[in-house]
Amino acid sequence: MASPRMLIDEHGSVVGDGSTLPTTEVLVDGYRELVLARRLNDVASALVRQGRLAVYPSSHGQEACQVAAARVLADGDWLFPTYRDGAAIVARGVDPVEVLAMLRGDWHCGYDPTVSHVAPQATPLATQLLHAVGVAHAARLKGEPTVVMALCGDGATSEGDFHEALNFAAVFRAPVVFFVQNNKYAISVPLAHQTAAAALADKAVGYGMPGERVDGNDLAALTVVLGEAVDRARSGGGPTLVEADTYRIQAHTNADDPSRYRAEDEVAQWRERDPLLRLRAHLTGAGALDDEQEAAFAAAGERLAEHVRAGMNAVPVADPVELFAHVYATPTPQLAEQAAQLTAELQLEGTS
Amino acid sequence: MTIMAERPTVAPASSAVTMTMAQALNAALRDAMTADPTVVMFGEDVGPLGGVFRVTDGLTARFGADRCFDTPLAESGIVGMAIGMAMNGFRPVVEMQFDAFAYPAFEQIASHVAKFGNRTRGRVRLPMVIRIPYAGGIGGVEHHCDSSEAYYAHTPGLTVVAPATGADAYGLLRRAIEYPDPVVFLEPKKLYFSKSEIDTAVDVPPIGRAVVRREGRDATLIAYGPSVPVALAAAEQAATEGRDLAVVDLRSIVPFDDETVMAAVRRTGRAVVVAEAPGFASVASEIAARVSERCFHQLAAPVRRVTGFDVPYPPPALERHHLPGVDRVLDAVDDLQWDLS
Repeated sequence: MASPRMLIDEHGSVVGDGSTLPTTEVLVDGYRELVLARRLNDVASALVRQGRLAVYPSSHGQEACQVAAARVLADGDWLFPTYRDGAAIVARGVDPVEVLAMLRGDWHCGYDPTVSHVAPQATPLATQLLHAVGVAHAARLKGEPTVVMALCGDGATSEGDFHEALNFAAVFRAPVVFFVQNNKYAISVPLAHQTAAAALADKAVGYGMPGERVDGNDLAALTVVLGEAVDRARSGGGPTLVEADTYRIQAHTNADDPSRYRAEDEVAQWRERDPLLRLRAHLTGAGALDDEQEAAFAAAGERLAEHVRAGMNAVPVADPVELFAHVYATPTPQLAEQAAQLTAELQLEGTS
Repeated sequence: MTIMAERPTVAPASSAVTMTMAQALNAALRDAMTADPTVVMFGEDVGPLGGVFRVTDGLTARFGADRCFDTPLAESGIVGMAIGMAMNGFRPVVEMQFDAFAYPAFEQIASHVAKFGNRTRGRVRLPMVIRIPYAGGIGGVEHHCDSSEAYYAHTPGLTVVAPATGADAYGLLRRAIEYPDPVVFLEPKKLYFSKSEIDTAVDVPPIGRAVVRREGRDATLIAYGPSVPVALAAAEQAATEGRDLAVVDLRSIVPFDDETVMAAVRRTGRAVVVAEAPGFASVASEIAARVSERCFHQLAAPVRRVTGFDVPYPPPALERHHLPGVDRVLDAVDDLQWDLS
């Protein structure tokens, strides 16, 4: 088992000769994205506590994975996120209010996948990985240079669809990057109960594809490792499995109580490896980040938070009769009858 | 906003030729792939072998391995990949090798195939066809004979079609491939090798439309897929005994053609539903309930169901006791309170 690739250590120091380090410009811009992703996570969690959002699975502590997954993609590439990957979707350019619409309960997906090339956030585990393979295989057949970034967590690697997706992608040499954010817990169940493998990336061997481990709190290393995988996919080299070593700092969701299954000192150790602190230490140490920039990034974070709050505080407009509108391209006669029934009920409600 | 709008089906001009249902399905795939380069066919053994029932015979040779190909042996993978291809410009047709072999794909079908259009407010429709050789009557082993239609029919967002004739096998498959939504296409195995005269240039009614296969005055038999020939044989037999039975072939389970079914039942005042699947919580039960709700005042007797027993599919030596046959259908017809009319 190779240790996870790291370019900047948790104190902000460069590991090795630094020859593969992304440019300072890329890292500063990436740091800005980390600040925004952290702000998104924290404002969304606050909105849950205020009752504005039903639920928010936070990626607090995993922001480097979120940002890197989005930033290594080119225009036209596809992202297949899970429910915990809202920050990656926003980093990809989707309006956070549209992303959070699902968690407020407006509709099951608030953005247009055909425009954003971001698939709906998957709630069933690992099922979306196969859709990613299909989109990638279709692109390959059409001769398009599209790459697909497919996200999942450590728990999802136990699912059958994880196996089927990696096997299909390898057999068809589909241009997919399977990016596993190993945050050590599937709700309450620790990694040791998911697998006896020394590393999740080792599973790649069984599919005949490269497997890489990367420090999931090191934006520089993530940018390089995921970038290499994207390049390989785009140039016809087929899929790669990338495992990021990271940690879910917060609860699974607000309905969870992590004190029942993990010790606070374990969490504290990972807080010290925070992806923002690490990159900030590196950039300030290198003289690449000054107070003025930091203030500007923080201000951008506040603007994002204000936009999210305003969007989530607005009363959602949901037409109950829309329930029947999209089940089929043309509603069946039975759905038309049911829509008429609900419409009549609503009219009665309105007049009483 | 009733039946799906009529859409033109492009079929090459030809006169009627004798072919099996399997050959009709093969011709439909061939013609669809010729007409539309985004139609692709994949599954297990569908490539050089041509499928275990030879429905995809010759397609790889004709269209190349990018258009008709074998996949690794994993049904969830097949359906999941088809979803992605449908998201990205293709019209995939996938084959589940047998009814019970489709169950590993059920999560993909129930959680995604059925729901994607709704989830995305109609922005991502999935034009794909899941072909499933289904039902019994072939002396097959336990997992090759299931009538699994209720699982799909119960899942909002799926369109569920079951042809009973060679002409419908061709015409409905062409329509299913052109359909904007995902279609579960149930192919009655026991009819695969029955021959009929088919003119592929003659269009069939659209998905969502039932057809009266036989007019009759006394009672209406309602059937679909493999049970339609049983119902027609029962009607033939009844005619020799002085009873004139109508037969309705649903063709499409979802959307369900209430209009045609109810009109046929009202003309006779009596109804028997015939289906192979176990009767409890079945499509036959849904039909019986709908007919009872909508035709109650025109009914001279309770609606009867003639279905498979509520048992796992029997071994080949015993399946004839399980499947609804002509005698069991006629017994049910006899039971329709004739002395009260």
